[in-house]
Amino acid sequence: MRKLVIISLLLVLGYYLLDTFAGAEFGKDRKVLSNYYLEKSPSELQVANAVTAIVVNFRGFDTLGEVTVLFLAATGMGTILLRRRSKHTGLNPQRTSPEASKIVQAAGKLLFPAIMILGAYVFIHGHLTPGGGFQGGAIIATGFLLLLISYRQFKVEHKYVTWIESLAGLTFVSIGLLGIVLGPHNSFLENFLNVGTLNELTSGGVIALVYIAVGFKVAAELTGILDTLVNIRETGDID
Amino acid sequence: MNQILTYSVYGAAILTMLIGIFAILTKKNLIKIVIGMSIMDSGFNLLLIALGYIKGGTAPIFSPAVEGKDVIMVDPVPQALVLTAIVIGFGVTAVALSLVIRLYRKHNTIKIDEIKTLRW
Repeated sequence: MRKLVIISLLLVLGYYLLDTFAGAEFGKDRKVLSNYYLEKSPSELQVANAVTAIVVNFRGFDTLGEVTVLFLAATGMGTILLRRRSKHTGLNPQRTSPEASKIVQAAGKLLFPAIMILGAYVFIHGHLTPGGGFQGGAIIATGFLLLLISYRQFKVEHKYVTWIESLAGLTFVSIGLLGIVLGPHNSFLENFLNVGTLNELTSGGVIALVYIAVGFKVAAELTGILDTLVNIRETGDID
Repeated sequence: MNQILTYSVYGAAILTMLIGIFAILTKKNLIKIVIGMSIMDSGFNLLLIALGYIKGGTAPIFSPAVEGKDVIMVDPVPQALVLTAIVIGFGVTAVALSLVIRLYRKHNTIKIDEIKTLRW
């Protein structure tokens, strides 16, 4: 009965949502602002990937906020989870999951460097190919997740994670502030380097630098989050 | 023909969102509720990406393959926004899961109807 009511209410919601969006015909060209971005991205910034140009340059401040949200999520998780464990819950301080098989361990060891290189490639080439700092960082974090699930005793050193994260965040903000000082229009996160030529690794000015910083930051944050979740029993013991 | 395509593409995205909301509203298991939130997120991302699609459009990347040719590119702005939305969705999932872990530590259950202190 309750489910029927919920389903009928959801159907009403779905009908009105569909009715709203049906006015925007699928596959129709309705770019207005995007035309400006698509025109300026290859000509003014010499960035091949227009999405990267939007994320890092045109909407760079937005990306700074996005990185901050991710940082807050990681910090919030730490605050929520790393509280003193109440004594009467009686949780086993060891990770209870069984040890992974030898195949998983060997494959994890073999794949880990390759995943690192792929992640670094994705965020270094963020302005040329699909991908960027967030995607590359996520790929690197999956490499650490592979090690975390294959080796029970594997732990990420949170001290280094915090250092990498802080330095990468600081780099991002410093590049933004340098834009105020050195940029031609004196605005935050403005490009102040030579933009180079389209489809070369050195093109795009600060975009590549910012995305490398974002890649390191996202990788460190996601690795920290995964390690907190996987090693929760051990870290829960901190008094 | 285009009308059918419009309704089916947006309908699929909205259906994904509705499935997520349904899971949030009806499931008793807290992990399943978090999964429902993720499904809802994916549906919304799908809808945004579908809104930015242009018929016959290519990816908005000025690679050597499209240089000098007159190509239509899909709208890059929804893609940039979805990139943001995915990251925010990840953050939401992470914080929600940590709250679930806290609830499990306190009550030794993740069934939402067995956690008595949430009742009113």
